[in-house]
This record gives sequence, structure tokens and C-alpha cells, in this order.
Amino acid sequence: MGEAIAFYVISALILGFAVLVVSTRSTVHAVLFLVLNFLAVAALYVLLTAQFLAVIQVLVYAGGIVVLYLFVVMLVNLKRPPEDHSAPQRRGWLGFALSGVVLAQLAAILVWGGVGAATDSSAAQSSDLALNNVERIGMLLYADYLIPFEVASMLLLVAMVGAIILAKREL
Amino acid sequence: MITPTHYMLLSAALFIIGVAGVMMRRNIIVIFMSIELILNAVNINLVAFSYQLQNGIGQVFAIFVIAVAAAEAAVGLGIILAFYRNKETINIDEMNLMRW
Amino acid sequence: MVDGFLVPLLKIVIVLNATLVGVTYMVLLERKVIAWAQSRLGPMRVGPYGILQPVADAVKLMIKEDITPVRADKWVFTAAPIIAMVPALIVYAVIPFGPEVSLFGRQVTLYITDINVGLLYIVSVASVGVYGIILAGYASNSKFPLLASLRASAQLISYEVAVTLTLVSVILVAGSLSMVSIVRAQESMGVWFAFIQPIAFVLFFIGGLAETNRAPFDLPEAEQELTGGFHTEYSGMRFALFFLAEYANMIVVSSVATTLFLGGYLAPFPNVDALNFLDIVPGWIWFLLKTFLFLYVFLWVRATLPRYRYDQLMRLGWKVLIPVAIANVIVTGIVKVLL
Repeated sequence: MGEAIAFYVISALILGFAVLVVSTRSTVHAVLFLVLNFLAVAALYVLLTAQFLAVIQVLVYAGGIVVLYLFVVMLVNLKRPPEDHSAPQRRGWLGFALSGVVLAQLAAILVWGGVGAATDSSAAQSSDLALNNVERIGMLLYADYLIPFEVASMLLLVAMVGAIILAKREL
Repeated sequence: MITPTHYMLLSAALFIIGVAGVMMRRNIIVIFMSIELILNAVNINLVAFSYQLQNGIGQVFAIFVIAVAAAEAAVGLGIILAFYRNKETINIDEMNLMRW
Repeated sequence: MVDGFLVPLLKIVIVLNATLVGVTYMVLLERKVIAWAQSRLGPMRVGPYGILQPVADAVKLMIKEDITPVRADKWVFTAAPIIAMVPALIVYAVIPFGPEVSLFGRQVTLYITDINVGLLYIVSVASVGVYGIILAGYASNSKFPLLASLRASAQLISYEVAVTLTLVSVILVAGSLSMVSIVRAQESMGVWFAFIQPIAFVLFFIGGLAETNRAPFDLPEAEQELTGGFHTEYSGMRFALFFLAEYANMIVVSSVATTLFLGGYLAPFPNVDALNFLDIVPGWIWFLLKTFLFLYVFLWVRATLPRYRYDQLMRLGWKVLIPVAIANVIVTGIVKVLL
């Protein structure tokens, strides 16, 4: 019962802030709504007993990536909003209508199409994932999935070097 | 009470909102932020199934998605800054230097 | 009902009130300590030995006119001090003030909660605290605060990396992310982590100085630079909130350093049996003493050291602290595997 209330409240926050992100005129307000959206998603992860992932979401996404967006928005702070010179024949309602249709189709498939987890799931871990979340994730990351972990760190290194080179004023 | 179908519906709705943002906005920074919304929708799906199957691999995959999103955001914003320095705009309708 | 709801609520009320009173008296303490370092007496007029000075400051700030700049983003302008203050306060949810005691017939734990990712929670909350500074500079709609806030937030996110890396080595030694487990690990090992991880201790202290915009890293808010930094356009109670947020951050960094490196609520030298008489003093008094020691060193450093220039500051963070922190993690890992 409490879980249902929490789920509906957090989902309303997530979807509400997401709609505000894509529809606000001011870019800075959109970035702020994105932060709130990420915090709501972190709350959802806590509801799903993925505590480590929730804290990583706040630390990396809300506290790192969005700060980067905010920096760029401030460095690029234009006086007139960019949408003022969109093509006049652009139709916004068509986009809404198409999105609504696709969402209705997805919802129909999910509710009546029997989409779900396969019952013969492979090698479920010991079921203390909620209690010892950090230990289980750590064991998986460093033992079973070590190569993707190392590849991800190489990816981050390459991205860091690339971003520095791209944003430098003079090479 | 809250089945994984609820989480999948939430994830689908967030995904569609992100796609609508990518399609309809002209401000490239807002387009990038809509891409982050899409990645979050995928993460919600992964974590919901990780909870249902009690298998940690969903959360590990979500961590990798977050790492890739961080890398992509850094490089993408670097590109935006470099472009802005040359052409003084962030409206993607005006980012047409390679058009004939 | 009582155990699940009322007891945590009571703990929250006590901790919040103690923090806010402590923060207001930190203002007076800072003026006094800096004055004594400069061979003068500090505030002495209001109340005996200046004890009531914070009350006078609070009244003054509350009755000041609240000016919002023209064309400033009103919602963001109002929200920025709140965003700066809240992360400093909610960190106290996971800090252990003392061991379990029995009060009024029930076992009461002297911490508000113990989550299994406590240390990461503190780091993530600190990284959200950067938004207050960035938004304050943006919302003021004026050039100097904008530039100052970008510099301040660049400093904060740079030193955040160094601080998080030092915390990794502490986690390696303690074997858990939960704050209570870290204190218990120090209790079971019988020695404070400051002696096992001295480099991490020093790095955490330096990073904490930079994270809270304290001297010698207080370039973003010095009055001689950029006309007062990111809170130039703020007046009255909003300015007071920024001010208090900085002191609250200082107390938070001191509390976290006490818990991680100085044994939290443990008595000094818990492994030496001859000093067992020190256990008469309750745990939370030791915690307060150690936190106060840290705060005193913060103020002492401010009174003594000159300010770093911005490029020197960034060079120190990226080229010195981060490599040393990474080397510390590697050495700790190797030693832990070999032992």
C-alpha cells in the first residue's frame, strides 16, 4: 500500500518534470527541471531497493552531468531564445499527436501483449540483493563483468581527452 | 501490487517524452537533455527487472549506461561549445554548414 | 508508532536545532579566533565577552531590506540560497554521534539512520550543493556574480574528485560504506584511521577547505576579488542563508572527518587498556570535542595563511591532490591484498 502510493507520487514527479524539461522556453529552467527529474528517478531506484544505483544516479547524473549542462548553458547564454527563428510551417501539434499515438501503442503492447520477464531466468544471484546491495554489485562488477568495466573506464578516459581537445580555445 | 508492467509503462512514457523533445525542440542543449531522459527511461526498465528477478546484472548494466551517458554528454557539450564559438548559434536549424 | 516515527522525528529536531545554533555561534567563534590570532579581542560589546553578538547579527540581517535585482530570475534567485543550505543540513541524517544508549527504558541509537551507502550519500549530497552557487551567480543577472559563481563551482567540482578519491581509500580499509560500520571498524581495529591513512587524512582536510570555500581557497568570495563573489546581489536574510550555509558546510566537513578519521564517538586510543577510564565520558562528547578541534583548525588556517590565486588553486587540485589520492588508493589496495 505504501509502496503503491510512493510509486504513483514518484512517477507523477518524474513524468511531470520530464514534460517541463521538453516544454520550457528558458534553457536554464529546463536544466533545473532535469535535475529534479533525476532526483525523482533516484527516489524510484531506492523504492526498487537499488540503493547503490540511486546514490550513483545523484552523484554522477544530477551532480556531475547536469552541472556540465548548466556550465555550457551559462557560457552560451543568448539573449533571444533560439526557437524564435524556427521555420513557420513547423507544426507542433503533429509531434504531440504522433508521440501520443506511439505511447498508446506501447502501452497496449505492454498491458495486453504479455511482455514480462522470462520465467526461466538464468542464474539468479543469492536473494540478498536488497540487503547487501553494494557487495553484490561490487562482486558482479569486479568478477563477472570486469572487461566491460575496464572498457567503460577507457571510454571515459577517451571522452575526457576528447572533450578537452574540442573545447579548448587554441590547440 | 506494483507489477513490473507499471514500471515498463513509466519507462515507455518517459521514453516517448524524451523522443518528443528530440523531435520538436530546436535548441540543441534541450535536445541533448531529452536524450538523457531517454537513457533514464531505459535505466528504469533495467532496474525494475533487476528487482523482479533479484539479479544484480540489471543494475550493473544501468551503471554502464550512466557511464556512457556521462562520456556522451561531455563530448557532445564540447562539440556544442566548439560550434558556438564559430557560428554563434545553438539552433540546430542553423547548424547546416555541411549542406550543399 | 513511537519507535518508528516519533523517535527519529525527535532526533531530527534535536540535530537540526543543534546544528543551527552551532552555525550561528560559529560566526562569533570565527571572529573571536581570528581576533585572538591578531592580538585583539574581537566582539566584546554585546553581552558579556560578546556572547550575544550572533543574536545581534541575526536581528540585523532579518530587518534589512530584501532587494531583488531588476530582471533577475525571481524563482531561481529565491531558490539558490535554499539549495545551498539544504545539503549541508541533510548530511546529518547518517552521521553517528554516539553508540547505542538506553534512554527512558528503550535502546536509542545516537544516529538518525544508518543506510548501507552512507558515505556515498554524503558525497552525492555535497555534489548537489554546488547548484546553489551556480544558480546564485546566474540568477543575479549581473556579470561579476556570474563569473565568480562559475569560478567557484569549477573549484568545487575539481576538489570534489580529490575528496572522493581519498574517501575510496578509507572505504578500502573499513570494508563498508555505512558510516556506523566505519566507526565500528575503527573500534575493532583499535586504532583511528588517521594513523592508518595519514595521507588520506591530510588530503581530506585540504579538500574540505577547498570544498567549503574557506581560506586559503576562498578566492570566489573574497571581497577584493570580483566585488564579493557570487553573493554580491544578495542582501538581508538570503545573504544570511549563504553565510550560514558556508558555516554549516564547515561543520559537516568536520563531522565527516571526525567520523572517518578520528574514530567518531570513540575515546582516544581505544586499544590501550590503561586508558579505559576515558570511557566515562559519553561518546557524543568525544564527537563534539573532535569536531570542535577540526573547526578550530579551520579557523586557525584562515587566520594564518594567505589566499591562493585561482590558477594556483586549480593546479593544486588537479595536478597535486588527485594524483596523490590515486596513488594512495593504489598503495592501500596493494597493502590490503598483501596483508
